[in-house]
Amino acid sequence: MLPGGLHASDYLIVMPVAICLLFGAVLLMLRKRIDWHPFFAIPGFLALFVVDVLLLLKVAAEGPQTMMMGSWKAPFGIAFTVDMMGALFVTVAGFVGLASAIYAVGSINRTERRYGFFPFLFLMMGGVSGAFLTGDLFNLYVWFEVLLIGSFGLLILGSEHEQLDGATKYCFLNLVATTLFLITTGYLYGLTGTLNMADIAEKAGQMENDGALFTIAVLFLVAFGMKAAAFPLNFWLPASYHTPRFVVSALFAGLLTKVGVYALIRVLMMLLPPERAELATLIGWVAALTMLVGALGALAQSDLRRLLNYLVISGIGIIMAGLALPAADGGLVDAAAAASGQATGATGSAMLAVGLSGSIFYALHSIVVMTALYLAAGMAARVAGTSSLRSMGGLWRERPGLAALMLIFLFAVSGLPPFSGFWPKVALVRGTIGADLPWLAAMILLSGFLTTIASARLFALAFWRNRPAPGEAPPQMRSEFMAEGEPSPAFSLLPLLILAVFVVAAGVTPQWLLAWTDVAASGVVDPASYVESVFGGGS
Amino acid sequence: METALSVLVGCLFTVSLYLLLSKHIIRMLLGVVLLSNAVNILIFTAGRIVSVAPPFIPQDAETVSDVANPLPQALVLTAIVISFSFFAFLLVLAYRAYQDLGTDDTDEMRVAEPENDGLPPLGY
Repeated sequence: MLPGGLHASDYLIVMPVAICLLFGAVLLMLRKRIDWHPFFAIPGFLALFVVDVLLLLKVAAEGPQTMMMGSWKAPFGIAFTVDMMGALFVTVAGFVGLASAIYAVGSINRTERRYGFFPFLFLMMGGVSGAFLTGDLFNLYVWFEVLLIGSFGLLILGSEHEQLDGATKYCFLNLVATTLFLITTGYLYGLTGTLNMADIAEKAGQMENDGALFTIAVLFLVAFGMKAAAFPLNFWLPASYHTPRFVVSALFAGLLTKVGVYALIRVLMMLLPPERAELATLIGWVAALTMLVGALGALAQSDLRRLLNYLVISGIGIIMAGLALPAADGGLVDAAAAASGQATGATGSAMLAVGLSGSIFYALHSIVVMTALYLAAGMAARVAGTSSLRSMGGLWRERPGLAALMLIFLFAVSGLPPFSGFWPKVALVRGTIGADLPWLAAMILLSGFLTTIASARLFALAFWRNRPAPGEAPPQMRSEFMAEGEPSPAFSLLPLLILAVFVVAAGVTPQWLLAWTDVAASGVVDPASYVESVFGGGS
Repeated sequence: METALSVLVGCLFTVSLYLLLSKHIIRMLLGVVLLSNAVNILIFTAGRIVSVAPPFIPQDAETVSDVANPLPQALVLTAIVISFSFFAFLLVLAYRAYQDLGTDDTDEMRVAEPENDGLPPLGY
């Protein structure tokens, strides 16, 4: 027993954040001993992943967990509440963090380590983990800012012209988005008088619908939509994500947009469900346009990484499709639907959970696959000496192992079986058709088709065809591609293999993950156990 | 009092949005400063201005009434620290960008996304 009547296992909730901040601080102190950094970073990320998995297993066994900071009584203190959705996101984040850290050891040179690559990496992971674990809306804002400042540091590592250009746009637009989030949080606090998510979910549900909460829901949609790079607000992403180091791009593409999606699901689906139901049609259009713009943008690119930038956006649209299903109960059900009986209500609610489960599954898959694609692209660009599709080629012959892994990830991102992208799309299509939105289902399939073409184009140009003669297309060399020698396979192929294990496992046997995402989705649609964990057991 | 502050917040939002829509980074920086200060006043007003008495519970009492709301002050303090550090970072970033790219006009910053990039490869 520890002080406050807590068991050691209760501290698991804060351990992901504590580990990240601790290792970040220690590595900052060791800034003169950059040769030691990998020996701290790899065990640090390994510890983070182990703690994440333990937390996930604990939540799977015992339901949502809560810890109140400073032993305040709910709803007054800052709560860390982790339910199934948060636990799944934080575990997958730790997973790709570990793979990226291993990759970074082989690809980040001494100068960039001296600039503080690994400390920034830990601090950003701390922000990401905190955002997935917190149960307090203002605290969520603070974690957004923590991960943002970490990402700023990683983005401008190297201070090249391109990076300064991309970082300027990234920084301003993300700062405006988080400020909008803070503004909205201020309004919601003024309206409900609380910041605890469980408390807001209860109070907002009891409030009269006079338009104020609807305005707040729209503002949240804009703020988080901007963070997630949803369609009309997506332009900062293709302007910046191809400028930093490949491993940094990989983490950004995998994690940062997904934090926005996570916040969108948490706030709109759990805290403001009736308002979300009113917005459902708008979210559906945003989702459809986001996935199409992403897929079409990917078709038009001539650079490997800028092509992947657009695939990130397309994935965001598919995730948002699960948020566009009409609500059956609790929302503004019109009289006719109410009169036709409970049956429609029950199926509608079930469809909402099916769609949301597909969304969460797709988000987890997208975190892993996008990270893996950028890492594989980084290896391909180093072998070819360029990332321009005009002058790449012949990698299938030079690096068959890498080409095979790339093919797996491209299949997965296009949603082709037997890899992890297939099953969540099945769930989303089933959910959208079940909720009587056939056009949205058609959009999901169409964007999958376009993504397949874009992926095939990438593979044909960079891997399959013979390398073009250097005369017709002079490759532009960036300092990153002229790294000192080839890193050993342990720091290049191993992280890709780790990520491929998830992609194949979730594709061939999706039951285990689907069971968890189903629990996560029903926990968000009906937050009773979440609320109980905050007000019942939290000490 | 709350009405006056709300109007002030509205004015600050208007000015900061106008500045943020500018092409020049230096104006956008001013917009960011005004925006973060507007948010601080907004949170302060959202917590209601009821009293000026400090929120201390006397030693022999269980509860206390008619005191200022302490929570917005904590929130505003956090927001001030965060926005100040971000502004410091943005200032340095804008200066470096101006030095390296030779312009503070965001329309002319096209290094990361070149304008005349040509068509992507059309055949295999």
